[in-house]
Amino acid sequence: MMQFMLLFSRQGKLRLQKWYVAHPDKLKKKITRELITTVLARKPKMCSFLEWKDVKVVYKRYASLYFCCAMEQEDNELLTLELIHRYVELLDKYFGSVCELDIIFNFEKAYFILDELVLGGELQETSKKNVLKAIAAQDLLQEDETVDEALRDVGLL
Amino acid sequence: MAYPMYEVDWSVLPPDQNRRFNPAFNIATIKQVVNEAIERVAPVSVRMQTPTRLRDLIRQIRAARTAAEERSVVNKECAYIRSTFREEDSVWRCRNIAKLLYIHMLGYPAHFGQLECLKLIASPRFTDKRVGYLGAMLLLDERQDVHLLITNCLKNDLNSNTQFVVGLALCTLGAIASPEMARDLASEVERLIKSPNAYIKKKAALCAFRIIRRVPDLMEMFLPATRSLLTEKNHGVLITGVTLITEMCENSPDTLNHFKKIVPNLVRILKNLILAGYSPEHDVSGVSDPFLQVKILRLLRILGKNDAEASEAMNDILAQVATNTETSKNVGNTILYETVLSIMDIKSESSLRVLAINILGRFLLNNDKNIRYVALNTLLRTVHVDTSAVQRHRTTILECLKDPDVSIRRRAMELSFALINSQNIRVMMKELLLFLERSDAEFKAHCSSAMVLAAERYAPSSKWHLDTLFQVLLKAGNYLRDDTVSNTIQIISSAPGERQAYASQRLWISLERSAVCGDSTEKQPIIQVAAWTIGEYGDMLVSEASNAISMVDDDGIDEFVRPSEEYVIDIYQKLLWSTQLSITTKEFLLLSLAKLSTRFTTQPSQDKIRVIVDTFGSHIHIELQQRGVELSQLFRQYANLRPALLERMPAMEVVSTGERDDSDTEIEPAAPAHTTQPDQDALLDLIIGSEPLSNGDVEHAPPAANNNTTNDILDLLSGLDLTAPAQAPMGVMGAPITTPMSVANNNVSPLLDGLFTSPAPITQMQAPDTIVTALDRNGLKVELHVQRGGETATITMKAHSTADTAMSEFLFQAAVPRTFRLDMMSPSGSVLMPQGEITQLLKVTNPSKTPLRLRIRISYTIDGNPVLEQAEVNSFPTDLFN
Repeated sequence: MMQFMLLFSRQGKLRLQKWYVAHPDKLKKKITRELITTVLARKPKMCSFLEWKDVKVVYKRYASLYFCCAMEQEDNELLTLELIHRYVELLDKYFGSVCELDIIFNFEKAYFILDELVLGGELQETSKKNVLKAIAAQDLLQEDETVDEALRDVGLL
Repeated sequence: MAYPMYEVDWSVLPPDQNRRFNPAFNIATIKQVVNEAIERVAPVSVRMQTPTRLRDLIRQIRAARTAAEERSVVNKECAYIRSTFREEDSVWRCRNIAKLLYIHMLGYPAHFGQLECLKLIASPRFTDKRVGYLGAMLLLDERQDVHLLITNCLKNDLNSNTQFVVGLALCTLGAIASPEMARDLASEVERLIKSPNAYIKKKAALCAFRIIRRVPDLMEMFLPATRSLLTEKNHGVLITGVTLITEMCENSPDTLNHFKKIVPNLVRILKNLILAGYSPEHDVSGVSDPFLQVKILRLLRILGKNDAEASEAMNDILAQVATNTETSKNVGNTILYETVLSIMDIKSESSLRVLAINILGRFLLNNDKNIRYVALNTLLRTVHVDTSAVQRHRTTILECLKDPDVSIRRRAMELSFALINSQNIRVMMKELLLFLERSDAEFKAHCSSAMVLAAERYAPSSKWHLDTLFQVLLKAGNYLRDDTVSNTIQIISSAPGERQAYASQRLWISLERSAVCGDSTEKQPIIQVAAWTIGEYGDMLVSEASNAISMVDDDGIDEFVRPSEEYVIDIYQKLLWSTQLSITTKEFLLLSLAKLSTRFTTQPSQDKIRVIVDTFGSHIHIELQQRGVELSQLFRQYANLRPALLERMPAMEVVSTGERDDSDTEIEPAAPAHTTQPDQDALLDLIIGSEPLSNGDVEHAPPAANNNTTNDILDLLSGLDLTAPAQAPMGVMGAPITTPMSVANNNVSPLLDGLFTSPAPITQMQAPDTIVTALDRNGLKVELHVQRGGETATITMKAHSTADTAMSEFLFQAAVPRTFRLDMMSPSGSVLMPQGEITQLLKVTNPSKTPLRLRIRISYTIDGNPVLEQAEVNSFPTDLFN
């Protein structure tokens, strides 16, 4: 099971955080800070795994962003890399060649996509198409609602 | 009034450049028209009140040049958001929460938005719910009291007609379910697993997985609904179903048996995945749904473990996966890795195991660091199954010890220890010593103690054993575990005389070198061992006979130069007067020096020793000062007692360290440990002399007429009250001394202990003790190690912390019923570091021999919060006092 996932930039700025275990805010901040420092200190040639406290950290860098997952000891590290890659692919499809700025300005979208891919720390959907379909449908629901209300407000409906 | 829109346009770029995936492009155009209409219609005052949009806030924050500037932007916005919350502004709530979530990610406090999130969730609008639930997942954790409120919201939404609303609720429940929430909502989730809608079904299955994780008792109710998940076609439902079943099987052996019958189903699903042609929906670089494959392989492993029949049923498919998987990409290796683990864990055919080990061999030579890491990891898990197969890769593994990557080094180190046997111990130790020397601090403690264990178990000769121990002591420096010092001393003490002389010469080289180089502070353990050894066997060191012992080391170099007595003492002086050495090390050195006064013969050396000892009479540390005063008395008034008191220690029985609880290598059952009590008695005889101790070893005791003098000395030495009941002589000896003395270090120093201080640390090493866990809560584990002793039981309290932060002001209190008497020694400290330990010695005297009941109270402060724990311990053995 994934314990948490962090996205952060090369400068160490946190871009996304998703926790599947309950920790007090203070501890979350401490973990985040320490982990970002440790991962950023590693050289590019090193492997993507890091045994850190009692979790196994799997991380991968995509352009300027680090995707970093804390897994339990039993989990397959290589599969976690695939999971990270799948998430990146989904972001890419959704935003259209995604960049860090997309995730900064639309962080809520990035969360929504993650929530359709992973639930409670485990993968819930292995089809890219299904994830994007669910997101699109929910976006549409929001749009409909917005337009509906706007029309009603100006008295067109 | 215009109804606000949540983020009027969705993209960062202006609409004409919008290259985004937008399912509602037409709607966007409509929106634009509507917007313009609103701009025209809405009165100016309404527009003035419009809060900053999320995008604008992010821009503002990003434009801030300094941290202070950023803080001021954030503080201003937070103040504004708070005020809108206070005014119950439901119109802009959604936008404000979204901004708050961004601010939260930057690390600013956002707890004041918790209740607002709940209000959003309760709103009928989907947009509000979506952001509200996102906020709930980010801002709430299960410690929050608002959970009652959110449980109600979730319950409502789990019954919604819109699948996406149900989906949001399930997603939130899966992320933040507390045990109470799990109990309250389990039945809803169970109902949703049976839903015909795959979108809801898969989410509900994972929710059930989380609920069982939190509250294992709730598993039963999910069992009937779970089985049918495997008959679905939808991969989402399948993978979540497999995840849920895996959790259930790991949860209870009964359920594991219950699910044995699904092995054929799983095999069929896996076979379909491999054999079915290309399916674009689930393909990952030519592999069909690796996520599902891995999950199934893992479940098969759990089901096939220790079950010949189930293993038989999956042999073929595992072989098929192992041979048919494409290995040029990470995905293929992912599946192979999982397959190898399964093959090695179940009762598989031997040909299959050969195949698996070969796969690992290929992995080990792979250029990809990740694959190499995985190979090392897997070899470690399979080494117990087939050691010889893993041995073949020994050279590669040892090579990995030199890898610049810490993850790989750690794995290689663990694996190296697992591979050591009596044939390769010399080669392996040589490599590991090199590794130890270069390794980071975090490895040194673990590596050195594992090396000590391995050396003890496989040492080809006692000379090699000693040499290796000295090397480890030298290279691990201060990172060495405390007990290694005492273990090494025991080994030297019980070695034959010639070996002892050799040890003292070898250690002299190290002692002299570190005193001259000035790096003694970093190598205190070896200084301690050297001090003890030279103190005991110093006569052999300086005698001409030492020339007869070959000191040629492995590299063919003999560095030993026989020192003069005075030179030895000069070195001691240098070390003793150094300000950097720890008190414990100085205690070793001081006592050793005193002992040397009876080993060395020349007058100048005697005088030098006396001068040094005298200087300690005014030492700032009370313990050292006391020793200084006592020992200098032995050079004056009581000089006649000196030779007898400073006699050589009797050989100590070597207690196997194999009983250590943290040893991760498998160790043969240790030989029944002999107690060291007789030795201590002998020592006691030495001091107490005429006290009625029937040990027989009284030849060095002064004649009975000297009794008064002896008592005087005893007073001098320890302030001992001889009129105290002598039922537990060691305890009485120890008690009054321990209190004034700082026992903060757990260093066992037999020399000091035997003569002057509490024998507790030695008794701790005796085994087997009965261990009673008194408390295991919030990262604090308190164990009571009970040792019988007639009417008096000795209990060692060991408090161990797994918390992330230090516990300060740690206080352990205990109470016994009236018929008992309880004596508590001072604890080893009051600050419990993470992973640290505090020990405290208790003595319970019980003339009535009734079973012991103990009430304990522990108070400490963690993260500034005081904590009080109480418990009653009744689980002591009933025959404790017989």
